[in-house]
Amino acid sequence: MNEVSASDDGDEISEVNHSDEGVVETQTSDDEKPLIEARDVSVVFDDQVVLQEINLQIARGQTVAIIGESGCGKTVFMKTLVGLVQPTRGEIYFDGEGLHHMGYSELTQTRRRFGFVFQNAALFDSMSVFENVAFPLRQSEVVSETVVDERVMQHLAEVGLPRNVAYKRPAELSGGMRKRVGLARALILKPEVVVYDEPTTGLDPIMSDVINELILDTRRRYPVTSVVVTHDMHTARKVADRVLMFYPRARLNENESQVLFDGPPSSLEHAEDRRVRQFVRGEAGERLTELAHGLSG
Amino acid sequence: MSDSAKSLYSSQKPESAFVRWVNQWGSAVVDGITTIGDMTLFSWKMLKWLFTRLPCRGTVLVNFYQVGALSLPVVALTGTFIGMVLAVQSYAQFHAIGLDSRLGAVINSTLVKELGPVLAATMLAGRVGGAMAAVLGTMRVTEQIDALTAMGADPIHYLVVPRFLACILLIPSLTIMADFMGIVGGYFYSVIILGIDHAAYLNHSRDGVTGFDLFSGIFKSVFFGSTIAIVSCYRGFNCEPGAEGVGKAATTAFVYSFVLILAVDLFLTIVMNSIYYTIYPNGSSFL
Repeated sequence: MNEVSASDDGDEISEVNHSDEGVVETQTSDDEKPLIEARDVSVVFDDQVVLQEINLQIARGQTVAIIGESGCGKTVFMKTLVGLVQPTRGEIYFDGEGLHHMGYSELTQTRRRFGFVFQNAALFDSMSVFENVAFPLRQSEVVSETVVDERVMQHLAEVGLPRNVAYKRPAELSGGMRKRVGLARALILKPEVVVYDEPTTGLDPIMSDVINELILDTRRRYPVTSVVVTHDMHTARKVADRVLMFYPRARLNENESQVLFDGPPSSLEHAEDRRVRQFVRGEAGERLTELAHGLSG
Repeated sequence: MSDSAKSLYSSQKPESAFVRWVNQWGSAVVDGITTIGDMTLFSWKMLKWLFTRLPCRGTVLVNFYQVGALSLPVVALTGTFIGMVLAVQSYAQFHAIGLDSRLGAVINSTLVKELGPVLAATMLAGRVGGAMAAVLGTMRVTEQIDALTAMGADPIHYLVVPRFLACILLIPSLTIMADFMGIVGGYFYSVIILGIDHAAYLNHSRDGVTGFDLFSGIFKSVFFGSTIAIVSCYRGFNCEPGAEGVGKAATTAFVYSFVLILAVDLFLTIVMNSIYYTIYPNGSSFL
């Protein structure tokens, strides 16, 4: 089954193929090889199938939002991209190189080409904000403390944090400030890909929009590819030029693909799949009945 | 709910008590073997880092301070009390047979061979092991360990190696402190409170403790230190989610460390005794 899911407004994604095996294949319009590619990726924890046969490609420079309800495997997929979670089956390719073929040091070097913004920022409690932001720099390069100081302050300023914040501990910061420190830390090595895990979760609407603007600003400032895992539809619509919707494997039929939608944000409202429209509109639908019977999630 | 899921639910039959019992035991055995395997791999990775690239001085010194300097007062205090308790417990029996002055030999020998190392290790397991598991567990739960990996740092190199080094290098000092303060405590109670003759007490004390005893206690402590570091770090790294998971990691780190310390102590005591009687068949010492 084929469906055209992107608009004609210049998006790189032109066509999404749903094969008989329930695999979604994304084709890029240009000849460039994808920067990130997942081939038949499955992740199983104990008896629980979290991801099954995920196939997708992310082109260089694209901002992809991965949406889906809690437990659908979007964070696991994102961690799989960086090699934090090993796929049970299938492979992840970054810039044409399979992560599974890489030795320890090569994988470490590849990881440094990613910037990772964690859900709760994952700042090191035992370090000051300055030390947190400087950490990747000190780990990867031999640089003088003057350069470290200069770059840390520059990146803190770029995310709108004053100099005095640099000497505070993460515990002294608000949620929004922690996220911004996390972003500064992710960007300090000038990564090719920035991965955001729930960047606006737990923030007020104003601070959420500040983070959205920072994501857009980062894209304007650096030529990065971004992967944003979120269930905030405002964020997905605002920052992404392509949206993927994952669905919990346990609630799908055997032959259904776990990626229910792959296309531009503008097509979300009119998606063919009822479950996509329900998610976008925030409607519980048959989930209420399922929960009442205690059958799932 | 999908048809396949419905058929899955309907096809399930209630298990008999015996099948459940076999399942539980089987699962416990598999879990135990898996944990031992995991812990061995964890230790192997740590040792590989230890012999290839040491962590930076700043990281190591922080852990040395946490493990060594901050444990010193509590080890000294408990050592003192244990020395005094030994005097209190042994005095009545020794007094009854007129061997009061030999109390020092018994107290000091017990402290140097067994109680000093085990006490220092127990205090370290409680104070440092639990804290290590809690800190690393919190780092696991809050994705700080994932963040380290994502930034190209190896969590075992960065977090475990410094803690391991601090434990194995500083536990001998803590053991010596526990021994010394126990001896002081025992002397204080025996001589000052119970009125045992000072010179006789010291003479017998010196005769009762050999250099090999001291060496044996310190040697064992290094194994206790490595046990505490590996068990605590492993529990922290494999912490279950949530506050309950962190609490459980801290508790099990202490319990497992304590049980393993005693098991290792038994094994090493047998080995050290065999070595001692091989080197000194007549029980002589190198002093």
